[in-house]
Amino acid sequence: MASLRCLLRSGKTAVRAVLRREFHGTPPAAVQVTVRDALNQAMDEELERDERVFLLGEEVAQYDGAYKVSRGLWKKYGDKRIIDTPITEMGFAGIAVGAAMAGLRPICEFMTFNFSMQAIDQVINSAAKTYYMSAGRQSVPIVFRGPNGASAGVAAQHSQCFAAWYGHCPGLKVVSPWSAEDARGLLKSAIRDDNPVVFLENELMYGVPFEMSEESQSKDFLIPIGKAKIERQGNHITVVSHSRMVSLCLDAAAVLAKEGIECEVINMRTIRPLDAEAIETSVMKTNHLITVEGGWPQFGVGGEILARIMEGPAFNYLDAPAVRVTGVDIPMPYAKILEDNSVPQIKDIIFSVKKTLNA
Amino acid sequence: MRNMLAIISNVLRGTASRNGAELVSEGARVVVSARTYADFTPQASFDIKKCDVHKLEEGPPLQAVLTREEGLQYYRTMQTMRRMELKSDQLYKQKIIRGFCHLYDGQEACAVGIEAGINLTDHLITAYRAHGYTLTRGGTVREIMAELTGRRGGIAKGKGGSMHMYTKHFYGGNGIVGAQVPLGAGVALACKYLGKNELCVCLYGDGAANQGQIFETYNMASLWKLPCIFICENNKYGMGTSVERAAASTDYFKRGDFIPGLRVDGMDVLCVREATKFAAEHCRSGKGPILMELQTYRYHGHSMSDPGISYRTREEIQEVRSKSDPISMLKDRMLSNNMASVEELKEIDVEVRKEIEDAAQFATTDPEPPLDDLCNHIFYNDPPMEVRGTNPWTKLKSVS
Repeated sequence: MASLRCLLRSGKTAVRAVLRREFHGTPPAAVQVTVRDALNQAMDEELERDERVFLLGEEVAQYDGAYKVSRGLWKKYGDKRIIDTPITEMGFAGIAVGAAMAGLRPICEFMTFNFSMQAIDQVINSAAKTYYMSAGRQSVPIVFRGPNGASAGVAAQHSQCFAAWYGHCPGLKVVSPWSAEDARGLLKSAIRDDNPVVFLENELMYGVPFEMSEESQSKDFLIPIGKAKIERQGNHITVVSHSRMVSLCLDAAAVLAKEGIECEVINMRTIRPLDAEAIETSVMKTNHLITVEGGWPQFGVGGEILARIMEGPAFNYLDAPAVRVTGVDIPMPYAKILEDNSVPQIKDIIFSVKKTLNA
Repeated sequence: MRNMLAIISNVLRGTASRNGAELVSEGARVVVSARTYADFTPQASFDIKKCDVHKLEEGPPLQAVLTREEGLQYYRTMQTMRRMELKSDQLYKQKIIRGFCHLYDGQEACAVGIEAGINLTDHLITAYRAHGYTLTRGGTVREIMAELTGRRGGIAKGKGGSMHMYTKHFYGGNGIVGAQVPLGAGVALACKYLGKNELCVCLYGDGAANQGQIFETYNMASLWKLPCIFICENNKYGMGTSVERAAASTDYFKRGDFIPGLRVDGMDVLCVREATKFAAEHCRSGKGPILMELQTYRYHGHSMSDPGISYRTREEIQEVRSKSDPISMLKDRMLSNNMASVEELKEIDVEVRKEIEDAAQFATTDPEPPLDDLCNHIFYNDPPMEVRGTNPWTKLKSVS
């Protein structure tokens, strides 16, 4: 009897072992990856793939990145490819652009995009416009990346959203990922792109885990720049958003679904070039539109989307005016209650959806 | 026969003396029309001004050897540059060139001397007074002038204009004062990274020298030992502001602080060449960046819209022209050392004039860029895309 039990026990283990051995060769299953890790892996893989790629910025090397996005890269690639800079944005952004002009493929990190304002001349006048001014003689394959927009409790000078400012300029591509998959695929595309790309991350999203499909874990997984993604299908209203606000839109959509309102949530993924076609197609189906962003209302991303809808084929399909849900038109305050009320909340999205549908 | 020879010889000697030169051996004198190359001095050594140094044990040599070929080449290039700028002045006054036009005449020794001290495989970047450098870096007079007149045959197909000309290893032509300096250091970083023993010459003016981003660049270039020659072309005026009114310290060669510096006579092409060679050696040996201040002068105002006499006197301009003109200086040296003949140099002048005339002819008759080209060259290596025109119904095509 004991020997039988032994046999059965070992048999079970044997079977389990066999099973394990059999599945050893299969591709990785879907895993949970944070946005931070997705960005880290994307950079790691692109650094390995192309020797001309390098990263520079404040604290990217020995500190492992101010927000730990570049953790481990300096240990792996060394001083030549992961470069700590002094606190001189205009200088090092210009150096990065010059390096790109001379044949390298820099990733220039701004600790936050607020600091990019000091270097904005290099981004626009030296990077974005050069291919045009030189009539195609001089290209600038560079990525400017870093956290953009509001964080938590960092107050007015550290909370501005730059999507509209950079999105305004021809010669730039401007990308705003939401999920870990977005972060990975879009950063890889940005690094492989031969043009200047402004890559707007979000600090509050860095620690958020997302399930990543098997396909998205491949070393050549690229998400095309300039194509939006429908994160949630719906028939009643189109909700267009980018970056962290996509999370809130999905949460709002879940609440609204219980009341029978089905939102189609579109994740823009790219600010410039804007995927107007995806938005128009959706609006022609749902007949209603709101945009949701963290940035200020005037001359913003939402304003551009609404203008395009007005000018395009989808206008005739609108049953109500399209509206924007945006950050409040004030510098960001510090106190938590004030800060919370300075950016769109889920209830604001729900309110705007309902108002639009009732109008 | 002997008398005639003597007379001719005297006349020639007289011409040479008028330029204040010393004659070499009379035995070398030959009859006018039958001069052969074998009769010219193949090379000579010239004393050049000593450079002031900063944080350096020694400076460039005090003598420069010039060969006849080099001399003729420098002369031709400087003369081409001079005539090209003067022609551009003419075309601008005729309204055939428009917008910004910053002329380089007076500063020829800088561009030519620098190029003589580096290789075409090295890199160079400057600000907006860039026509001279576009030439030394491989651009043709035709392409440069056609770019000024905004035609499709221009070096940037008419899309850049005076301030945005590019060639291989020449990164413009930059309109934002000072921005080119970090760019140049970035090019130097790429040189070091790719390990090809190339360097970057990074130019800026006395006006730009006070820009913060330049000091940021000095810091990083020095920290990372980038192979970068920073060159301040000090032509004494930043637009209409003299150096004394703009800078607390006008010792621009010292402003790099921890970066070694040289102050160089920018009107003497040999002085510039030797200093550049010295600086290039410094960079290539891995010592990091070095700074050169070239003391030079521009005859024109800041740009074509500036007559250039409200902030400086006509006398000052005239004095520089008569005493320190770079082309005259080289010509005198060559003639007085029998390295070339007056006729030979005149012939070069005639050829240059013709080249400029042809180029101007091209630049005024070449058609403007086609409207189809309006939206091209936004992105490199991208599929064709649509660009919004001035109104929602106008969709324009853009290709890479």
